[in-house]
Order: sequence, then structure tokens, then C-alpha cells
Amino acid sequence: MPAAEKSPNKVYVEHLERGELGYQFSPEAGKPVFYPRVVCPFTGSTKLEWRVSKGLGTVYASTVVHPGEGAPFNVALIDCDEGFRLMSRVEDVAPDKVKIGQRVRFRVHRPGGENDPYPVFVPAEGV
Amino acid sequence: MEGLKRASAAIVGVAESDLGHVADGLSVIDMMAQGVHRALDDCGLKLKDVDGLFSATTQSRLSVVALAEYLGLDPAFTGSTIVGGSSFEYHVAHAMAAIQLGLCNVAVIAYGSTQRSVGRKQASVREINPYESPYKPFMPSSAYAFAASRHMHQYGTTREQMAAVAVAARDWALLNPVAWEKKPLTIEAVLASRMVSYPFTVRDCCLVTDGGGAVIVTSAERARSLKKKPAYVLGCGASTTHSSISSMPDLTVTGALAAGKAAYKMAKLAPADIRAVELYDAFTINTILFLEDLGFCKKGEGGAFVEGGRIGPKGSLAVNTNGGGLSYCHPGMYGLFLLIEAVRQLRGECGARQVADCEVAIAHGNGGVLSTQATVILGTQAAL
Repeated sequence: MPAAEKSPNKVYVEHLERGELGYQFSPEAGKPVFYPRVVCPFTGSTKLEWRVSKGLGTVYASTVVHPGEGAPFNVALIDCDEGFRLMSRVEDVAPDKVKIGQRVRFRVHRPGGENDPYPVFVPAEGV
Repeated sequence: MEGLKRASAAIVGVAESDLGHVADGLSVIDMMAQGVHRALDDCGLKLKDVDGLFSATTQSRLSVVALAEYLGLDPAFTGSTIVGGSSFEYHVAHAMAAIQLGLCNVAVIAYGSTQRSVGRKQASVREINPYESPYKPFMPSSAYAFAASRHMHQYGTTREQMAAVAVAARDWALLNPVAWEKKPLTIEAVLASRMVSYPFTVRDCCLVTDGGGAVIVTSAERARSLKKKPAYVLGCGASTTHSSISSMPDLTVTGALAAGKAAYKMAKLAPADIRAVELYDAFTINTILFLEDLGFCKKGEGGAFVEGGRIGPKGSLAVNTNGGGLSYCHPGMYGLFLLIEAVRQLRGECGARQVADCEVAIAHGNGGVLSTQATVILGTQAAL
């Protein structure tokens, strides 16, 4: 394996900076890989291609976090239609109204400052 | 754990260190040493007999080295597998392997934590995961809350059923003189407590206490000449399914399924043979998941199974007889206490909470966020 020119996380973040949800695909396994890595967990191979998700998914699991200070907020696990799962949150809806099985659509959240952009989701009816 | 020989080793000494909120300035190595001293006393062995040393804690980077220095030991064999709260169940299997191979003969497994005294942030360094940390989940609570949300969605499990787990644990704790919690608990009180990460209130979550202890493992042959009845290691199994909760394949099925299967196979026993069931109850959903995955009820039926006090002191299956991580003690890596309680039940030392005719007990450890699962089945001479 040659030295890495860019970390898998750096490529992921660059996709997000362009407004895309990037993920890896293992052609040998025929499966998506998430989070991004240098070795495929299905085959042990380094052959991993980058793809861009269509950004549609379904809520797999959901919780409402109640912090000591401030308003409760949602954290969810999202199954993207391409077959990979990631942690995220569903916005534009009350945190306790997020339901397992609900359809959601990706958007980029840009926290600003030194912080990298990250994916969040919003309700997507009928898709 | 293929290759381990059933009943070739036994746990012969067990002890807790100080528990709850320990004396100011007591270190985690002080607490391990308390555990070792008391556990040696429990079985009649001396420090000079110890030639295998195992430990895990979040508060000492090279804890087994620190403990060896503290006790003046140069052990022939050391182990410091750290895979979360189940580490000590792994240590039992590793100690058994080392003893079987003649690498050591008397292995001590020790733990210490002062997370209540120093605060959780001091006790356990927070790791940043770029794919999870931005969402600010309460870890580990939110990970287990995800599992609970799936169980509720798929099987109709209710918050009341999960609360029944907390109530059963509390009822057992009231029979344990050293349990942290001293007052009765009701299902209504669990539900009305402060919400942490839905569906969990603070009463669905384990305690935050100090604590530690030690267990001593030796060969079956040597075990028979010691002070107390040996608790033979009949079966061991382990499984690692993921590290981060977003990578857990199915949040309603844990590695306890594979770990339990391996342990039952090695032990040549089935769930129906087990009288005392000690499960790692970091959260109320854990008990439900592990009862299912270890075969005490069918998948999806754990919620109904725990209703009506079935796993409490007056129920038909004795589960978490010390009061568990929910009501007895939870210093962050609870797995050692499962072994201590299982051994005491097999010896008949448990007083008001003693399970009748207890010849076989199971200790099932959980680590990370349902990530590492390890099962140890222990039995008396009668179970051989």
C-alpha cells in the first residue's frame, strides 16, 4: 500500500465542503463502506472508490438528548438508500417527533470557525 | 474459546475493594491492592503465590505495571486486555488459557475506579469521533437509547417494561448490605425521573460510583486444596461486533448471542441449567437484550419476560442478585462484580439474597456501546 496522500476523513470533509455526502464503495464486495477508511472491512483490500450519495435515507434509530442546560435535541442513526448507516440528527422538526422509519433528506451543516462541516437530515415526505 | 478445557481452572478468591464514595486521595491502584489483599485472604493464598497478574482501569495507562510495582511482584504472566466493562470476563478466559499452558498458576484479576470521587470527565478521557461527536450524543447513554428505540419499534417493548428491570435490581439491592441504593423504587418513579436520553431517565441508567476489587483464578487441582468451595470455569465465550454504535449491525441483537453460544457449548450446559444470572446492566435495555441473546427468553419477548417481578427476589429467575450496576455499584467497568457475585452465589454466601440450590451461575460482561460481549459460566463441584 503506498503512503496516503490524503486521509479518508479529509476526502470526506472535502465532499461536505462541496455540499456532498461522500461515501466509499468496495467494488470487490459490492457494498458501501462507512465511515471512510484505507482498508475495506469486507475484503481486506485497499480498493475503495468514492461515491456521492443521493442524500435520501430512513431513520433507523432515534433518541432525544436532554442536556443539563439548554433545549433537548435529536440524535439519530440514518440508513442511506445506498446501504450505509451514519450518525446524524434530524432538523426542522421537534426532536421527539422524529420517528423510526421516517424518510429524510441530507443537507450540510456548517458550524463555522475551525469546525468541519457535517451532514444533518431534514424530513422528506413521499420520497 | 475453542481450546479451553472445561473446569480446568476455578475462581477461588473474590473481594470488593472499598465501594461507593471512597476515602479522599485513594488511588485506583490502592483499590486494586485492597481487592487483591482481601481476595487472597478469601482463599488462603499469599501474595508470593501470585504469578499471573491481570488488570484494567480507565485511570492508569499501564495499570498492570503499576499494580506489579505496588505489590512488589514480577509476574510470569501479565494481561491488560481492555475492551470496556467486559474486560474481566476476557481476563478469566485468558488466565484460564495461561494456567492450562503452564504459563502461570495463580492469576489475580484486579480493577479500580474513583470515577465518583474525581468525576467522570477525570476518570475517562473523552475520545473525539469525527463521525459521531459533532451530534453531541451522551455517551454511552445515547448509544443504548438507540438500541432501546429499536427494541420498542420492532417488538413493542415499553418504558414500563424497562423500568421493571430497574425495580427488580433495586429490590435485590435492598437485600445487599453493601449496595449503594437503600430505598425502594417503583415503576412510576423510574418513569418520572429526570430524562437523560429518551427513552432513558436517570433511573434507567447505571450508577456512578467508585469501586474495584479482585478475583483469583488457579488450576482446578490447586483450587481443591484452598479455603472455599471452588467456582469452576465451565464455559467462556466472547464476541466483538463493533466499536461505535453507528457500526453495530443490528441494534436489537448483541454479541451476547455468539458469546453465550460458545460458553454454553464449552460448558455443555443450557440456559435452563443456570440458577443465578449476572448480566451487565449498564442500562435497563441491557438486561432485556442479554436475557434474549443468552437464551432465557425468545428474541423480542424480553420486555414481557421481565414484567411482574419475574427477575426480582420473589421471581422465577434470579437476575442481578447483588442489585446490579443499576442499584449496587457501577464504577464504569462493572464486569468484575458480575464474577464476584456469581462466585458468592455458588458458595452460598449471599445471606438474604441467596439463590436456593445454586450450582451453576452465569456472568455476562458488556463493554463499550454493546461492542464487546463476554460470557463466563461457573459451577460448583456438583456441576462437573
